[in-house]
Amino acid sequence: MILDYETLKLVWWVLVGVLLVGFMITDGFDMGAGILLPFLGKNDAERRIIINTVGPHWDGNQVWFITAGGALFAAWPAVYAVAFSSFYFAMMLVLFALFFRPVGFDYRSKIADPRWRSTWDWGLFISGAVPALVFGVAFGNLLLGVDFYLDDFLRPHYTGSFFDLFHPFALICGVVSLSMLAAHGAIWLQMRADQPVADRAGKAGLIMLVIMLIAFAAGGLVLLNGMPGLHIDMMPAKDALPNPLNKQVSVVDNGWLANYQTYSWMIAAPITAFITGLLTLLLVKARRSGLAFATHSITMTAIICTAAFSLFPFVLPSLSNPNSSLTLWDAASSHLTLNVMFIAAMIFVPIILLYTLWTYKVMWGRVTSKQIEGNPLAY
Amino acid sequence: MITEEVVDLSRLQFAITALYHFIFVPLTLGLAFLLVIMESVYVMTRKQVYKDMTQFWGKLFGINFALGVTTGLTMEFQFGTNWAYYSHYVGDVFGAPLAIEGLMAFFLESTFIGLFFFGWDRLSPRRHLMVTFLMALGSNLSALWILIANGWMQNPVGAEFSYETMRMEMTSFAELVFNPVAQVKFVHTVAAGYVTGSMFVLSISAYYLLKKRDLPFARRSFAIASAFGLASILSVIVLGDESGYELGDVQKTKLAAIEAEWHTHPAPASFTLFGIPNQETQTTDYAIKIPYALGIIATRSLDQEVTGIKDLIEQHEVRIRNGMIAYGLLTKLRGGQTDDATIAAFEEVKKDLGYGLLLKRYTENVVDATEEQIKAAAHDTIPNVAPLFWSFRVMVACGFAMLLIFALAFYFNATRRLESKRRFLRIVTLALPLPWIAAETGWVVAEYGRQPWSIGEILPVHLSTSSIEASSLYTSIGAIVAFYTLLLVIEVFLMVKYARLGPSALHTGRYHFEQNGEHSNQAKPEIAGGAA
Repeated sequence: MILDYETLKLVWWVLVGVLLVGFMITDGFDMGAGILLPFLGKNDAERRIIINTVGPHWDGNQVWFITAGGALFAAWPAVYAVAFSSFYFAMMLVLFALFFRPVGFDYRSKIADPRWRSTWDWGLFISGAVPALVFGVAFGNLLLGVDFYLDDFLRPHYTGSFFDLFHPFALICGVVSLSMLAAHGAIWLQMRADQPVADRAGKAGLIMLVIMLIAFAAGGLVLLNGMPGLHIDMMPAKDALPNPLNKQVSVVDNGWLANYQTYSWMIAAPITAFITGLLTLLLVKARRSGLAFATHSITMTAIICTAAFSLFPFVLPSLSNPNSSLTLWDAASSHLTLNVMFIAAMIFVPIILLYTLWTYKVMWGRVTSKQIEGNPLAY
Repeated sequence: MITEEVVDLSRLQFAITALYHFIFVPLTLGLAFLLVIMESVYVMTRKQVYKDMTQFWGKLFGINFALGVTTGLTMEFQFGTNWAYYSHYVGDVFGAPLAIEGLMAFFLESTFIGLFFFGWDRLSPRRHLMVTFLMALGSNLSALWILIANGWMQNPVGAEFSYETMRMEMTSFAELVFNPVAQVKFVHTVAAGYVTGSMFVLSISAYYLLKKRDLPFARRSFAIASAFGLASILSVIVLGDESGYELGDVQKTKLAAIEAEWHTHPAPASFTLFGIPNQETQTTDYAIKIPYALGIIATRSLDQEVTGIKDLIEQHEVRIRNGMIAYGLLTKLRGGQTDDATIAAFEEVKKDLGYGLLLKRYTENVVDATEEQIKAAAHDTIPNVAPLFWSFRVMVACGFAMLLIFALAFYFNATRRLESKRRFLRIVTLALPLPWIAAETGWVVAEYGRQPWSIGEILPVHLSTSSIEASSLYTSIGAIVAFYTLLLVIEVFLMVKYARLGPSALHTGRYHFEQNGEHSNQAKPEIAGGAA
């Protein structure tokens, strides 16, 4: 084993975060482009430009999401089991929305009928907007706590209902992630689409960034106003065999703020989000979309970090049955599995980054109608 | 609450989604490599027709791939949504190959499929061929890791149960990867995929030959498909699944059920070619048997016997009684009584814990099971014979039919008599569904034959589900069936449209519908639609 068990558990918390960030930065822009598609493309030629800017990349991008799911399964099986079965209908909603992506991209332009194409365009809108919204709502619900408990044989039972998920705070988080991904898509289109789509995208990007910053601030205010969180009163050693039921946890007001006192450097995450968010606004306005893409990626990372830092070391809290809550110390896989997966990630993530960047380099440049018509295999 | 209804519905949902997914996967596996072959010939000869072939079959590949991804997403999701206890219980072992599949294979395939479609003008022919190859490699590696995961469900090696964490934990990654069942399944499944891709190209090319359209294009496609298909169908049959049968008890049970081998006969066992299996009387009516054949297939010998179902049930009953002891000890250990003696006693019998868990269907406590319940649980260890018996025979029949077709196709093509054999070409066109029938019935044999286990001898299916309401399942199954059926109809519609259109879909101006005046009026709107 390369690393000891405790370190590996922490490393996997970081790696799950890395996969989520990879998903946000890559798949985020094609989902964002899908969200904006019906609004920024005034005619079929413009819509095809939007679709073909992401055409060569959306499929590879989506694998960040799929791999994050696989990594969750392998590294935190208990989290995978509880989250997917508790959020049953929310997950189904995301799944069905995602169905529209492969078929929407590939089938839309294969038939000329305007109704056919417009139907798929709205399909692509759904496939971007619904997951973006649900992911935010899900993160909001992590902070609110998920109503589940584990029985003696560690079988998870969900005691809440689908409609409980739509708490106002969760909806604020949903707005944050929806506007964040829409802004990401807008910046991508400002950078890669031909005129006049690029200009329209710039304007849409400004609006989305403003909504995102306001919603993020609003979420922060709720958190600062005594929102309950969890506190660990007693738990086994961090390198112990994972058993979520061996700890004692209590609900305390402002529980999710405690980390910012214990580890004061963590406050850098929300501050960075605001600073780079404002910077992105200026860059989009100045049409420096390449730089804006980079700063917005930092903003998104900082926003994810803010949620993760607030929860640390919890990854799936239950406020109704606090002792059943899952933390990165007691929901992890065995030492061997974490080690094998760590080696696999160390080998393959750099390779993936290399060839992904190469494909972006090959396809770089503004997408025009002329190019699309020249390629019989374009979308 | 977990009821029989929840278990049955969860199984139904998994079967439906897997069978849908498996409509698209084999074609992806096979077509990807056919594209590599066609493009390699293009790079070597620089003849335009091979580039057109790669692009046209690539277009059909894309239509199929889209639904492969759509249905694949559900497969990953539903382990968590519908099989939560399974995910907790074996995620430590089963999750790893799935995650590595993402990192090593699916990323490769999905990243390069974008360049396959969009990179033609931006890459040199050699580089584009490399892209196509990496895409095909990705899809095949993907199959490897998925089948390593699936092979572990059939023959769970390299893992042990831990009472502290209440789950299976990996003890050897190498054993997991080199699981003989997984390796055999991988070879069998990808070769079956190559057969599917070949039959697809062969049938559609035969249609063009019959219509006397785009002949040079159709002849070359036919030639490549017949050669690749013949080699592939031979590997499917020769390397077939059978060498996996002797490994592990689940495979033994599966074999007995496939063969409707109710009693252990003296070696060598005969193979039942045909018959009507009757589960209640445990006999096979109207059986036609081939002496020695089963013994040779299953044990590769003439002196080993193939265990019959009645004997297997008796063996399993013993293990169920052992499993009850294991369960009793596990309850003590979970309750905190972790002295050395209890641990040692548990270690002694824990390999039969899974058999004890079979009783959970009848009694919550397991240790208080009645004799009747034990008998019933032992009886449960044998899957329904008839569906397996028939699925297996349908699969094998399709396989041999395809062997004949590919052999004749190869022969007629090599002797340049193909285009005069119009009846044969018609048969080839009609044979298009064969590889799908074989693949789907093959899936039934492999997965239905694993019942009642989700993980062989470790975790019964009825314990694996999520604790959800039956109503949730009715909703999701209804939505999945409606949605997938709609998408399948759309997919088939597009496939037929583009297959009919043929290489004219590429707008090179060189093919049938863009040249023949008589057809061009009718074809024009279609081609405009195909501007995609």
